[in-house]
Amino acid sequence: MKTKNIIIFSIISSFFLVSLISIWKILVTLQGIKLENFNFQTIFLLGFLVSLAHVIIGNKLNYILKLIIFSLIFIFIDGYLIQSMPIWYNIGVFLILYFFINKIKKFNNKILEEEHSTQIIIFDFLTLFGIVLFSFVILFPFYMMVVTSFKTQIALLVNPLDFSINFAQGFKDLFKSYFVIFKSYKFGKYILTSTIVSLGTVFITLVFAIPAAYAIARLNFFGKTFLSTSILIIYMFPAIVLVIPLYTVFSQLGLRNSIEGLLIVYTATTLPVAIYMLQGYFKSIPKELEEAAILDKLSWFGIITKIIIPLSIPAISSVALYVFMIAWNEFLFSLMF
Amino acid sequence: MNDTLAKTEKRTAYILTLPAVFLVFAIVLFPIFANVWISFKEVELKDIRIPEPRAKKIVKSILGETTKIKILYKLRNSSLLQEIRDVTFQDKYPKNYQPKDLDKRCEFKKNKLNCKFGNWPAKYRENFEVIFETKDGSNVSKNEIKSIKPKLKGKSDNILLNTKFTLKNFKKVLFENEFIDLLLTTFYYTFFGTVGSIVFGILTAQMVNQKFFGRTFMRSVLLFPYVAPVVALAYTWELLLDPNSGTLNSLLINYQIIETPINLLGQKYIAVNILGFDFKLRLALTTVIIFEIWRYFPLAFLFILARLQAIPKELYEAADVDGASPFQKFFKITLPQITAVISILFMIRFIWNFNKFEDVFLLTGGASGTRTLPINVYQQGFAISDIGTGSAVSIVIVILLLLFMFFYFKLLGKRVDEN
Repeated sequence: MKTKNIIIFSIISSFFLVSLISIWKILVTLQGIKLENFNFQTIFLLGFLVSLAHVIIGNKLNYILKLIIFSLIFIFIDGYLIQSMPIWYNIGVFLILYFFINKIKKFNNKILEEEHSTQIIIFDFLTLFGIVLFSFVILFPFYMMVVTSFKTQIALLVNPLDFSINFAQGFKDLFKSYFVIFKSYKFGKYILTSTIVSLGTVFITLVFAIPAAYAIARLNFFGKTFLSTSILIIYMFPAIVLVIPLYTVFSQLGLRNSIEGLLIVYTATTLPVAIYMLQGYFKSIPKELEEAAILDKLSWFGIITKIIIPLSIPAISSVALYVFMIAWNEFLFSLMF
Repeated sequence: MNDTLAKTEKRTAYILTLPAVFLVFAIVLFPIFANVWISFKEVELKDIRIPEPRAKKIVKSILGETTKIKILYKLRNSSLLQEIRDVTFQDKYPKNYQPKDLDKRCEFKKNKLNCKFGNWPAKYRENFEVIFETKDGSNVSKNEIKSIKPKLKGKSDNILLNTKFTLKNFKKVLFENEFIDLLLTTFYYTFFGTVGSIVFGILTAQMVNQKFFGRTFMRSVLLFPYVAPVVALAYTWELLLDPNSGTLNSLLINYQIIETPINLLGQKYIAVNILGFDFKLRLALTTVIIFEIWRYFPLAFLFILARLQAIPKELYEAADVDGASPFQKFFKITLPQITAVISILFMIRFIWNFNKFEDVFLLTGGASGTRTLPINVYQQGFAISDIGTGSAVSIVIVILLLLFMFFYFKLLGKRVDEN
């Protein structure tokens, strides 16, 4: 039973090590270093032996000593297989091994003898594997976005694998693309338009949404349930369905190609969410405060501006952020109009 | 007393909600009805602009005669397709001016030049000249006359407002443009995108729900794809997947996994051999679906993580006492606890994916087998500029959505009843 567990543990942990090293190798390749083989089998074997040795040696050897010995053996063999690698590559491998051995530290004889130990091993390593893989898959396009902005189109076309940034070329050459978009393509103007539209949307949406959300949260009136459910349904409605009628109506009214037109559409499409989010929060504000205000003869306008808004600043700011994000990232309507 | 209080409350409520309700209804609900109207009409993009009568005023002085001035109006119909009926014209002049030899269609009264031009056919153009002279023989001032702009009015048929209806658009949508293929593509895209994002949402939520170093960092990293602008992301992916200079293809070739680059976004089918069976995988569609999953699993992740953190710890402690394995804990405790969230998520994501336009449009433009229904709305309406057919496609989208919602709630209601 125990040997079986040890072997399963070694296999799974070495799979994990292989994935770690492979990601590292991909990143290294992207620095313009020639690396044509992952050496899956060798690394798998090495990882297997390291895990096995870790369990067998157990606590007989000092942890740091063990770590150093394992890493050195690993780096030596790995470096022997793929020659002429820079030192920083080996430092990276060392750090990966440090991380790996740190992770397998917890699997000693005791855990491996436990019930369900196979599942615990699989579960733990799946989680670890997931974290590493997801971080890589998510961050890679963003990493690429940043790096390519510092490189020229030609350099990328010549060698798409070279992501290294040449810091020696001086500030002006490094930020060349940024200078170009701001100088030749008037990027500042576009940013200004985007900012005006987004902030305008946030402002108008809040002006409309706060009173409406307050009424739905607090006041009794005919059609209240209908309103609150229709808000949610409207939120689900597709923007693409609205495009053609809005385009025709807007071009007849002369609202096409104007910031006002965009503001109207954005406000209308973000209002339902804003009202929905705000009324939920308004309901949590104690009613007694408003009752006291009514006794003091405060009008509804006073109630909203003097009680509701100051008390719900956190909710309002998060709604504002969300609306801003929607308006800033919106593509379809700004393409059309 | 109580009655009046309730009344004022009602009134206040209406005052408070009306602006928002009006705006939303005008921009969201009205277009849906307008869509139904347009979908039964034969309208093209160029028909939408209202034809206008226009006049350009040119002031010319006459050589040797300082008391006279020639004014040329360049009249035209702005539309190339439609006529304008009963065009009327008005222009104001300073007090001491009067016309000489006025055209029959016009009259001069109270310093105003009024003309009735009748009907202008499409593409109509005319140069209309008037000579003015000063009553008292003083010199004319060109600038004074130039600064006044003439006013023109005319009636024209608005193609959107007449009552000619046709079923042509729906015929076109349902029988001509490979409608079944369109539906299938949309369905694959929607269904696999939804399921994929939920599966990855569950996996990541399960991961982040455990304690480890850098957990908060991880949580914010996971939200990156969801909050970043879709334009930037789609562009980066295109750069990454490009067959000639893309990083992914170069990497795969470098490691000798493939020999020739694969055009992941531009190839419709790829032959795949699984267990000896040859499959034809829709490559571009698969890539687009993967992008979809990558971009939207954070939403599922957020919802599911919030639910996971609300599951009482006692359940897991009890399971530990009973000697349950991690997998049993996941399938017997966690999964049943999050089914409600998953069913809501499935609905939301399904509807949103069904309507998703930007992602596919930016990645492939609807080429190589990725034409979904929303893309078709755009292509019909703006690329082929057949607004009527585009509207008909939108109507099909709305009907399918309503059907989906209806069956989904019916199914959900049944399941709740059984429980």
